[in-house]
Amino acid sequence: MTTLKVNGHTLETDATPDTPLLWVLRDHLGMTGTKFGCGKSLCGACTVHVDGSATRSCVTLLSTVVGKDIRTIEGLSQDRSHPVQRAWMELDVPQCGYCQSGQIMSATALLLQNPAPTDAEIDSAMAGNICRCGTYPRIRAAIHRAAELIKTGGAA
Amino acid sequence: MSARPTGPGGDLPAMDRRKFLQASALAGGGLIIGISLTGCGRPSDKAATPGVGGQPNAWLRIGGDESITILIDKSEMGQGVYTALPMLIAEELDVPLSAVRVEFAPAGKDYVNTLLGTQITGGSTSVREAWTKLRTAGAQARAMLIGAAADAWKVEASTLKLAGGAVVDAGGKKATFGQLAEAAAKRAPPKDATPKERTTYALIGKPQTRLDTPSKVDGTATYGIDVKLSGMKYAALAQCPTLGGKVRSVDSSAAEKLPGVVKVVTVGSGVAVVADHYWQARVARDALKITWDAGPNAGLSSARILAELKGATGTPQSARKDGDVDAAIKAAKRQVSASYELPLLAHATMEPMNCTADAKADGCDVYVGTQIQQVAQGAVANALGLKPEQVRIHTQMLGGGFGRRLEVDFIPAAAEASKAVGAPVQVIWSREDDMTHDAYRPPAYDVATAAFDGNNGLSAVHLKLTSPSVTARMFPPVVEKNVDPFAVEAAANYLYDVPNVSVEYVRHEIGINVGYWRSVSHSLNCFVVESFMDELAHVAGKDPFEFRRALLDKQPRAKRVLEEVASRAGWGKAADGHHQGIALMEGYGTYVAQVADISMVDGKMKVHKITCAVDCGQMVNPRIVESQITSGIVYGLSAALWGEVTLEDGKVRQTNFDNYRVLRMNDAPELEVHLIESTETPGGIGEPSTAVVAPAVANALFAASGKRVRALPFAAQRGLV
Ligand code: FES
Ligand code: FES
Repeated sequence: MTTLKVNGHTLETDATPDTPLLWVLRDHLGMTGTKFGCGKSLCGACTVHVDGSATRSCVTLLSTVVGKDIRTIEGLSQDRSHPVQRAWMELDVPQCGYCQSGQIMSATALLLQNPAPTDAEIDSAMAGNICRCGTYPRIRAAIHRAAELIKTGGAA
Repeated sequence: MSARPTGPGGDLPAMDRRKFLQASALAGGGLIIGISLTGCGRPSDKAATPGVGGQPNAWLRIGGDESITILIDKSEMGQGVYTALPMLIAEELDVPLSAVRVEFAPAGKDYVNTLLGTQITGGSTSVREAWTKLRTAGAQARAMLIGAAADAWKVEASTLKLAGGAVVDAGGKKATFGQLAEAAAKRAPPKDATPKERTTYALIGKPQTRLDTPSKVDGTATYGIDVKLSGMKYAALAQCPTLGGKVRSVDSSAAEKLPGVVKVVTVGSGVAVVADHYWQARVARDALKITWDAGPNAGLSSARILAELKGATGTPQSARKDGDVDAAIKAAKRQVSASYELPLLAHATMEPMNCTADAKADGCDVYVGTQIQQVAQGAVANALGLKPEQVRIHTQMLGGGFGRRLEVDFIPAAAEASKAVGAPVQVIWSREDDMTHDAYRPPAYDVATAAFDGNNGLSAVHLKLTSPSVTARMFPPVVEKNVDPFAVEAAANYLYDVPNVSVEYVRHEIGINVGYWRSVSHSLNCFVVESFMDELAHVAGKDPFEFRRALLDKQPRAKRVLEEVASRAGWGKAADGHHQGIALMEGYGTYVAQVADISMVDGKMKVHKITCAVDCGQMVNPRIVESQITSGIVYGLSAALWGEVTLEDGKVRQTNFDNYRVLRMNDAPELEVHLIESTETPGGIGEPSTAVVAPAVANALFAASGKRVRALPFAAQRGLV
């Protein structure tokens, strides 16, 4: 049994230590908000936060995150009240939606480090997240909008 | 953190929705209003399944608890049907969109797409097909509710109206939908119910927030890959690396000893390793020792495919013939000819193929993101020896479709594995599985020839298009006697006013399955037609925009979008060092024109901006229209810049997003969309913009460099992108 800290909860899993965190979350712990897209750190669909940094869970082995703070889309807020989620809803960012958990986690990590990113900073922080539906223009606009919401009071 | 229910948005337990409908009727809490499709403007289309018309058709359920549930028969793959289709019914019921719940319909003949003849989400038909059908269904429900109140109150129906989910009279007397549902359901659906006048629309044509957005920002939207059933196992599938090959023998002894492995099952599409957890199945798959029978494609390569298309000797089928092209070419003052090559493309939906099945003695439940429910049902029935009606399809959210989920190749393995282990099984393809076992966009080799007369006027255009046919495999009756209509799009409807036009198609199969890919043959033919138009403009010494415009007097909608895009993009006024290219198309009843703005730095092309003008007729939800247009451009630009699937020894060489590159945020150009107000019948919006971007960029590249790229992708030109 391995003990993990996910979204503030302590959870136990019988997954072997060399299992990628993505599958521990999705399959062993039943948290399917984090998505599988490529398995090779190429698409960003599986992005979670490990100690506040955007991390591709598909290439992150369970053994390497023991004792660290893991945050997934399920832990962003209880009620979609996180400023990034609010901005995403305001702009109706998702289409098929499959990449969006990863996009939102990458955007949130960016805003934690840089509360007012420029377009170029957004581009470079988000370059690892593919969206096949091409929602990029709205993602960029929503990150700016979330930055505004954070500035005017919402916590990131 | 418990298992999620499997309904869309996680709001419904996993059960057959048809049963659910019947059950709720019996429970007395809520009643379905059966809507007859008779007189709904169903096209007298021979493709439509006979016997459907006149059957009560459950599109709408009004509960005693005032809930309004709308069943949608189309799959939600990002194109917005989960919002747009309910809008059509909510409009007729005079309720806000927030008052309705949405459920996916089961597989069934009630939900046959009347434009395409089977239950299918494709061909940019979602709104086009539903437009009259669902508004009429809503109008019938309105008449039935009003009729029920009129009878109860002994007044004329004409004195009553709907407001806020109730029938009201002028004096403020009111009965809610829930109170009236039972009486309304006993009435025959009126045949003459007429949908509301356009001028009275409260919802249609106004931007509405998508109903599926909340579940897509908190991770609760349930895609096929998220389905969890009690006792469910996971499987990884090994498929023959050579397309079309088969298993000869399997040594699974090493794999079976690995932790968690339940069983190794040979299925129709390969070898499935079933384990308690997915990663265990993936690890164990690598321990299989399989001898493959490579089959007929063992020696197939991209070079051979292209050579075959070039040398194809099949009889050309005519798709369009105006005047006498041969005579015009003979009499020509000047002749121009060019040939174009288009590659195989992968769909690369964000959610890799997957399917969950629960095979039991009396049937099988299948949980899957599919665009083609009845065919999926048939494929599982076939694999398990069941009757189609014993297979229950539970459509999930689709993490992208783009035509990939019109194929059912990834579906039966889950059912076969489930039957073999006696438990529900979810089969998940890796990205590599998905990339190397797609039904790829057909490649093409096309020759265009044109003639100018003595007055420098375009007198003839001849297009000879050679490619394999998707339709011949998917819907064989369609091509029995006729040219494949889905191979000659954006060509047979040649827009420009030229006296002699001939479009011919040579069907040439290449040994592997090709599939419908977002915008289907538009993506092939628009590149040819619009690149060639640009070549002709230069030969004629005319501006590419003016050259086109002068030939569009008989096509006012096409002319309008062309003028609109030119004026919005500032045609002819590109910034210093920037260059423009223009392209135009009609597809799915929608007119699209684009201007690409690019620059060249050290011989490398950078796409800065795409301006797009669209006339798609009456819009249901402009907000979704705009996002579908930009989505299509990004998808088409990915393909134009980098998209190419190549084969060697019958194996696909591209495996993941490192060697099948797609557009990322930092590559994405600025996108500007201009939607033209229109009262015409709604056109499709999911696909047309995809096809127009490649020629717009190619034409800009010519303007910038004098280099004419006639073979996609641009990346195949060394150093260009
Ligand atoms: S699934 Fe992890 S980056 Fe693609
Ligand atoms: S919304 Fe579909 S992949 Fe991003």
